[in-house]
Amino acid sequence: MNSPMLPRGMSRRGLLKSGIAMTTASLILPAGMAMAQSEPKKGGVFRVGIGHGSSTDSYDPGLWDNLYAQTYAAARHNQLIEIGADGNLAPEIAESWTSADGMTWVFKIREGVTFHSGKTLTPDDVVASLNHHRGDASTSAAKPYFDAVTDIKVDGPNVVITINAPNADFPYLMSDYHLAIMPGTDGKIDVTSADGCGGYMVDSYEAGIQATLNRNPNYWKSDRAHFDQIVLLTILDPAARLNALMTGEVDTIDQVDPATIGLLESRGVAKILSISGNAHYVFPMDSRAAPFNDNNVRLALKYSFDRQELVDKILAGHGSVSNDNPIGPASRYYYAEMEAKTYDPDKAKFHLKEAGMDTLEVTISAANAAFSGAVDAAVLMSEKAAAAGIKITVDREPDDGYWDNVWMKKPFVASYWGGRPVEDQMFTTAYQTGASWNETFWSNEKFDGLLVAARSELDEAKRREMYQEMQRIVSFEGSTIIPMYNNYVMALSNAIATPEKVSNNWNLDGFRCVERWWFA
Amino acid sequence: MTIFLSLIVGLALFFAIGISARAAFRTLAPDHQKPTFRDMPLTASFGIAIILVYVLVSLLGPVIAPFGEGEVVGAQYLPWAAPHYLGTDKLGRDMLTRLVYGARNTVGIAFATTILAFVVGSVLGIWAALVGGWVDNWMSRFVDALMAIPALIFSLLLLTIFGTSVLTLILVIAAVDATRVYRLARSVAQDIVVMDYIEAARLRGENNWRLIRREILPNAMAPLVAEFGLRFCFVFLAISALSFLGLGIKPPTADWGSMVRENATLIAFGDVTPLLPAGAIALLTVAVNFVVDWQLHRASGLKE
Amino acid sequence: MADIWRMIGRRLLLGILTLFVISLVIFGATELLPGDLARELLGQSATEETLAALREQLGLNDPAPLRYLKWLMGVLQGDFGVSMATQKPIAELVGARLGNTMFLALYAAALAIPLSLVLGILAALWRNSIFDRASNALALTSISFPEFFVAYILVLWLAQTGIFPSMVRITGSTTFGDRLYMSFLPALTLTLVVTAHMMRMTRAAIINLLASPYIEMARLKGMSPLRVVLRHAVPNALAPIINVVALNLAYLITGVVIVEVVFVYPGLGQLMVDAVTNRDIAVVQAIALIFATAYVLLNLIADVMSTITNPRLMHRR
Repeated sequence: MNSPMLPRGMSRRGLLKSGIAMTTASLILPAGMAMAQSEPKKGGVFRVGIGHGSSTDSYDPGLWDNLYAQTYAAARHNQLIEIGADGNLAPEIAESWTSADGMTWVFKIREGVTFHSGKTLTPDDVVASLNHHRGDASTSAAKPYFDAVTDIKVDGPNVVITINAPNADFPYLMSDYHLAIMPGTDGKIDVTSADGCGGYMVDSYEAGIQATLNRNPNYWKSDRAHFDQIVLLTILDPAARLNALMTGEVDTIDQVDPATIGLLESRGVAKILSISGNAHYVFPMDSRAAPFNDNNVRLALKYSFDRQELVDKILAGHGSVSNDNPIGPASRYYYAEMEAKTYDPDKAKFHLKEAGMDTLEVTISAANAAFSGAVDAAVLMSEKAAAAGIKITVDREPDDGYWDNVWMKKPFVASYWGGRPVEDQMFTTAYQTGASWNETFWSNEKFDGLLVAARSELDEAKRREMYQEMQRIVSFEGSTIIPMYNNYVMALSNAIATPEKVSNNWNLDGFRCVERWWFA
Repeated sequence: MTIFLSLIVGLALFFAIGISARAAFRTLAPDHQKPTFRDMPLTASFGIAIILVYVLVSLLGPVIAPFGEGEVVGAQYLPWAAPHYLGTDKLGRDMLTRLVYGARNTVGIAFATTILAFVVGSVLGIWAALVGGWVDNWMSRFVDALMAIPALIFSLLLLTIFGTSVLTLILVIAAVDATRVYRLARSVAQDIVVMDYIEAARLRGENNWRLIRREILPNAMAPLVAEFGLRFCFVFLAISALSFLGLGIKPPTADWGSMVRENATLIAFGDVTPLLPAGAIALLTVAVNFVVDWQLHRASGLKE
Repeated sequence: MADIWRMIGRRLLLGILTLFVISLVIFGATELLPGDLARELLGQSATEETLAALREQLGLNDPAPLRYLKWLMGVLQGDFGVSMATQKPIAELVGARLGNTMFLALYAAALAIPLSLVLGILAALWRNSIFDRASNALALTSISFPEFFVAYILVLWLAQTGIFPSMVRITGSTTFGDRLYMSFLPALTLTLVVTAHMMRMTRAAIINLLASPYIEMARLKGMSPLRVVLRHAVPNALAPIINVVALNLAYLITGVVIVEVVFVYPGLGQLMVDAVTNRDIAVVQAIALIFATAYVLLNLIADVMSTITNPRLMHRR
C-alpha cells in the first residue's frame, strides 16, 4: 500500500518478505555520550513519527502491510509467539508448545489473559483468530502459511494445529505479525474491532493521521508497556519527520534520510539507532531472458560496480557489503570466507568475452518503492559499469504500481528482502526452482538437491558445508545481484531509553518499541 | 547578519549587471532600436542580461561544465573547494556541473512545454471565440471541467498511466497548462472578435486561420505574453512538485526541480546546497517577469 | 437584477453538467491506472486466490460501466457510498478533513487577500518606485521557490527556533486559538505562494485604468493620488481582481497537497492522494466532486460579483 507518490521507504511486501533474524544490534551514539542503561521506568507519553500509514489502513489483520499498521497492531495485540530481541522464540499467548513428530503441534494457551473489553481469552478465540487467515475464502496476506495446515482444534487448554508434512520451524510462522489474537464470536473475529489483549488500548484513531492509545491496566505482562500513553503519527515526508524530532514534536522517528544522519548526530539533539541484520537490497535479473540467461553476463555485471561505494553513498555507511549472498552475517551458516567480489572492470570484460560479447547494453527498471535509494544505486552502478564496456540505462518507474507492473515483469529490476533467521526459509522462499517469490525464475538442479538434503541432515558440520555450498552457488551462479545488507536506522530523542539489545527482526524493535522502550 | 550582507551584495550585483547591460544594449543595438533601449528600466536590462546568461549556459553547457553530467567524481557532499567549486551532491557528482546541465534540461523542457501549451491553448481559445456557437460551448465546458480538477492530482494521474518519460512529462504539463491558456485566450479574443476591423476582414473573405494569425493574435499578444512569463516559471515548479511526489524527470538527467527535492532535507540543518538550484529557478523567474513587465508597460502606452 | 438570477441559474445547471463530466473523467482515469484496490490492499504477498476472493468481496468483478452507473445512482440519491478499503461511509471519512481543508484555506486567504490588495494598490500608487520594484521582486522570488521548499525554510526559521510548531496535530480537545497557532506556518506558506499572483494582478488592473481620461480628469481636479486610486481606479478594477482572488481561493482549497504533507496537516488533498494510490474509487470521486464544486461555485460567485460591480459585463456577447 505504498503511496505511489510519497517517499515512504520500503516496507510493503507483507509476510513472505518478513525478516526474523538474530543478530547483534549496534547502537551508535553521539560522540562522548554513553548509553544510559537504566531500569525501565513507567510513565510518559511516547510519540512516534512513522513514515507510513494511509487513510485506507484497516483493523483487518490480514491486510496489515505497512510499518504504521504493524506498529499500531503490536501495541494492541499479542501473537501466540513473540520473537525476542535476541531473535529467539519467546512464549506470548502460547505458554509453551510441543510436537512429537513435527506435524501435530500443541500450543498451551495462557490462562488469565483478558481482552481490553474485559472478555477472558480462551482457546476458541485463538482458533477463530487463526482461521481468519485460512481457507479458500480468506483474504489474508498470511494465507499461504496455512496452506499446509489441515486442522486447527481446541483440546482443553490447548490449541492443536496439524500440518501435512514435518516442519521444525512451524512455530516461527505463528509469530507473524498478521496472526494477532483477537476475540472471536461463533468462530469468527470482528475485523472492524480494535479489541485485543496487548499493552495499549485505543483511545482515538484517525487512519492515516494519528492514533492515541492508553496503557492497558490489566496487561498480563507486568514488565512491559511502560508508557502511560502512546501516540503514533503518520509523517510521510522525511524532512517533516526530521523536523518533528528536532523540534520535540515526537520522540522517535523511523527511516532517517541517510543524507542527514551525520548532521543529526552532530547536533546532539537525538541519538541514532542503527540495527544491522540480514535485511538486504537486491537487483534480480530474469534468468530466462537474454542476455541474463548466460551466467557469464551475470558475472560480468556482478564485477562491474563498486559495492563499498553503494554502502557509503546509499546507506551512508549504515549497512555492509554483500557478496551476492542472501544469507546475512547474522546467520548461523553465513559463509564469510567466500571469495569476495570487488569492482574489477577487467574481470567483467573477461566474462563478457566468455559470453561472446565486447559490449553489453542493459536496462535496470527501478523505483524507490523497491527500497529508498534504489534509483540512485542503479545510477551509481551504471556509472561504474561504463569502464567495463557495459552500458546500463536506468529507467525510473513510478512508485505507484511498481510491484504490479515492473517487479517480476521486467527483466532487470530492484527489490528488497527482510532476511530470514533460518537459511532454509530464505532459500525456499526465493531461490528454489518454481518458488512463487523466486524473483529471477532461476533454477539450479544441484542447489535444489542440496536444499532438500540439508533440511533432514542432522550432522552439524555437514549441514554447515551444505548451506555454504548453496551460498556459493547462489553467489556465483545465481541471477540476483545483492550489493549490500542494510541496517534499520531510527532516531530517538535523548529522553528515550531502550534495552541493550534491540531486535533486528523488523524496524522499530520488531514493531515493539511501544512496549519495550521507556523514558529514562 | 549574513542575510543583511547578502542582501547588500545582491543589490550591488543587481545594479552593476543592470547598468552595464543597459549600456551594452544601447551601444550594440541597431540605430532604429536605440530609443527602445534608452528608456529601458534597470530591472528590464538586468532581466535581459540574466536571460542571456542562462541561454548561453544552456547552449554551451557541455563546454563550460568541468565534468560529465552524470559523472561520479568523488565522495558525497564534498565541501566547496577546487576542483569542485560548489561541492558534490549525494552521489558524489560535481554540483556545478549538475547546475550547468540543469540549465540546459530545465530551461529546455520548460520552454518546450510552455510553447506547446500556448500554441494549443491560444489557437483553440481564439478559434472558439471566433467560431462561437456549439463548438465554443462544448469546448469551453470541457475545459472548465478539466480546470476544476486540481492540476497536480490530474498530472499525477496522467503520469502514472502514461509513464514518466521526458516527452510524456512535457505533454502532460502542457495539456494542463493549455486549459488555462485557452481560457485566457478565449476571453481576450471575445473582446476582439466584435471589433469592426474583424468584421471587415471577414467581409474581405479571410478564412478563420488567417483571421487568427493576422488579425486577432497580434492584438491579443500583451496579456498572452504576461501569462507566458508566469506559466514558463510554473513549469519548473510543477516538475519540482511532481518530483516531491515521486514522479519527476528521470535520472541521471540533471534538472533543478528534482535537485531541490533531492537535497531538500539538508535545509533543516541550514545547509545551503538546496538553495543553489532553487535560487537558479528564482533568479530566472524574476528576470523573465521583469522583462515581461517592461514589455507590458510599453504596450500599455502609459508614459511615466 | 433578474438578469443576474437568470445567469446564476444557468451557471448552476452548467456546473452540474461540469461535475458530471468530471466524475466521468476521474472514473476513467482511475480505471486506466495499473492495478486495482484488491492488489493494493493485499500488497505484494497476494496470491491469485486471495486476490480473487477479495475482488469478489469488494464487487470489483463487475464491468466498469456497471460500477460507474451504480455509483452514479447512489450519488443521485445523495448516497456517496462507503470507502471500499475501510467500509466506512464516505461522509464520515471526508467530513472532518473537509473542515480542516476549509479552515486552512480561509486562514491563508485571510492573511493573503488583504496583504496582496494593500501591496498591489501601493505598488500601483508608487509605480516604478523602489517599493514597487522591491515588492514585485520579493513576490516573484517567493512564488519561484517550490512550495515544499518555502515550507522547509519557514520551519527552519520559525519552528526550529521554537516559535511555532513544525507540524499540526488536531485532536478533539484542540481549541480554536490552538488551531490558529498550530496552523500558522502552513497558512503562511500558502500566503507566500498565492500573494504574488493576486498582488501583480491588482497592480496591473489599476495601472491599466490610470491612462483613462476620467482618471486624468480626476487628477486635474487636484485630487490626491491616493484618493484617485482608491475612489476612481479600484472600483473599476474590481472585476479582474475578484476573478484572480477566486482563482487563488480555489487553489487554496484544492491544490495544497504538498503543504499538507510537509506540515502533516490532515486535509482532503492527502486523503485524495491516498485514495488514488489505493484505487479507492468512491473516495477519489467524492473528493474530486468536492474540489470541483468549490471551483465552480467560486467562479460563479466571482462572476456575479464582477457583474454587480460592472454591469456592462452583463451585456457582453
